[in-house]
Amino acid sequence: MTLLTAHNLTRRYPLPRTKLLGKAPFLTAVSNVSFEINPGETFGVVGESGSGKSTLARMAMAFEAPDDGTILFEGQDIHALNAPDLRRLRPDFQMIFQDPFSSLDPRRKVGWSIAEPLRAMGITAPDRVAESFEQVGLHAADGDKYPHEFSGGQRQRIAIARAIITRPKLLIADEAVSALDVSVQAQILNLLMDLQDSLGLGILFISHDLAVVASICDTLLVMQHGKPLEYGPAVDILQNPSHTYTRSLLTAAGDKP
Amino acid sequence: MMYFLIRRTVGFIATLIAVSIVVFAVMNILPGDPALTILGMDATDDALAALREDLGLNEPLLARYFGWVAGALTGDFGLSHSFRVPVSELISERLAMTISLAVAGMLLTLLIALSVGIYAASRHGKAGDWVTMFISQLGIAVPAFWLSILLVLLFAVNLRWLPPGGFPGWSEPVAAMRSLILPTVALALVQSAVLARVTRSSALEVMRQDFTRTARASGLSQRRILWRHVLPNALVPIVTIVGMQFAALVTGTIVIENVFYLPGLGRLIFQSIANRDLPTVQALVMLFAIIVVTANFVVDLLYVLIDPRLKARA
Repeated sequence: MTLLTAHNLTRRYPLPRTKLLGKAPFLTAVSNVSFEINPGETFGVVGESGSGKSTLARMAMAFEAPDDGTILFEGQDIHALNAPDLRRLRPDFQMIFQDPFSSLDPRRKVGWSIAEPLRAMGITAPDRVAESFEQVGLHAADGDKYPHEFSGGQRQRIAIARAIITRPKLLIADEAVSALDVSVQAQILNLLMDLQDSLGLGILFISHDLAVVASICDTLLVMQHGKPLEYGPAVDILQNPSHTYTRSLLTAAGDKP
Repeated sequence: MMYFLIRRTVGFIATLIAVSIVVFAVMNILPGDPALTILGMDATDDALAALREDLGLNEPLLARYFGWVAGALTGDFGLSHSFRVPVSELISERLAMTISLAVAGMLLTLLIALSVGIYAASRHGKAGDWVTMFISQLGIAVPAFWLSILLVLLFAVNLRWLPPGGFPGWSEPVAAMRSLILPTVALALVQSAVLARVTRSSALEVMRQDFTRTARASGLSQRRILWRHVLPNALVPIVTIVGMQFAALVTGTIVIENVFYLPGLGRLIFQSIANRDLPTVQALVMLFAIIVVTANFVVDLLYVLIDPRLKARA
C-alpha cells in the first residue's frame, strides 16, 4: 500500500478585501497537486519560496485542511478523521522544522522534549529515549541540558530524535537543513539517509535548494506558484528537465560553491 | 547565579534606602508645623516650644532621619499624634486586612486573567476571542471605585446577598469573609482585565513558534499544549505585569477600603492625612513603598525560576 497519497490538492487563502461589495479575493497557494509516497521512499518537493511547498507540508501534517482534494495516509483520509482518531494516528507521521532554535520548547530539558510524543501516547520508556539519542548521534546524558546549550546542528538532531521516537512510517522535513551551515547540512542529510535505511522511513523532503534535494531524493515534484510543473523519478528530471523553471533551479544549484 | 542574587539584593537594599530618604525629606521639608497642628491655633508659644522639644523637632534634620530609620528597623515608628498610641500598634492592627485584600485580589486576578487570556488566545480571531476582549476593554475603562459602587448597589442593596460595607472582625470568620467578597471582586476585576489582555497576546506570540506545532505534530491535545507549553513560555511578560499589579492592588486598597468602610491601612492613611498625623503618614508611605519594592524584587527572582535561559545568563 502507498504510504501517502495526495489527490488533486488545492488550498486557497483569503486576501484582504479590495472592494466593499463582492467577494474577497483569494490566493491559490496550492493548485491541483497529486503525488504518491511509498514506504521507504524519499520524496522531494522543490520550488522557490511562495511556490506552495510549506502549505503542502501543513496539509500533509493535517495542520490545515485542503479546500479541494484528499490526503490519504495508508488509505485513511486524515482530514476526515475526528480529533482523537487523528491524534492516535499522529505517531505514524512526524515532522521536523526549518528552525531548530524555535522547534524545541526553551523551558524544557531536551530529554523531556524527546520523550513527550511517547507520553502523549501514554508510554513511558526511558530506554527508548536513550535509543533515540544514540540513533541521532547524541549521548543520553545530553537529555539533562536545555536547548540553548546546543548548536543548531545538534538541535536539529534533537528534533529528529523527537520525531523518530514514535517509530513513524513517514517523516516530513520542511526545509530541515536550510538554516544550517553547509558542512552541518551534509551531516544532517547523512543522518536522515542512515535513519531511512535502518528504520525504513518514508521521507517527504521539502526544500528550495535543488542541490540538496537531488542528493537524496528518489522521486521529485517541482512546484511553481502552487502548480505542479514536473513529477517523476529524480534522475530523469535532473538529467532531462522538461521545463525552463527546473533548468533555472538546476543552474542556480550548480552555481553554488 | 550567586552573583545575580547578590546584585539584586544590593539593589533592593539601595532602593529601600533611597525610598526612606525621599519619604523622610518630603514629609519634613513640607511647610506646616506639626506642633501647631496638634495644639491648634490658640496654643501659647511656650506650649508650642515645649511640644516641639518633646517631639524632637528641634534636633538637626540628619539626626532625626537616623533616629527615625533606627526606630523603624526595630519596628518603632514613634507615637501617632491623633490616635495617641504607637504607630506600630495602629499598623499591626490593620495590616492583616490590607494584606488579605491584596493577596485575595491577586489570586482572583490570576484565576480570571489566565483562564480568560488563554481561552481568548486559543479562540484567536473567533467569536469567543472578540467577546472576551471586548469585555476586558470595558473592564480597563471602568474605575475601581465606580465598579465598587455598582457592585454594592447590585449585590448589597438590590439582591441583599452580601453586606454593603463594614467589617465584623476576624472573630467571626464567616461574616468576615462575606464582607471581603465585594471588595476583593472590585479590586480584581479591573486588574484582571489588563492581565487577561497581556496573557492573550503573550500566549499568541508563543503559539506562533514552531515548538507549539511540534507539540501538535506529536499528537498532544490542544489543552495539554496550552497548559504545558504555551502558558509556561508566556509567563515572563505576565509575571512582569503581575508584579506591577500587586503594587497597584496594595495601593488600590486605599480607595476600596474607604468605599467599603474597612479598617485597613488604606483607611488609616486616609484618616492620618486628614488629621495631619505626620509619624503615621510617614510610616505608612514607607510601608507601602516597601511592599512595592519587595514585589518587584520577588518578580526579579521569579524570572530566573521561570526561564532557564536567564538562569544560565544570571
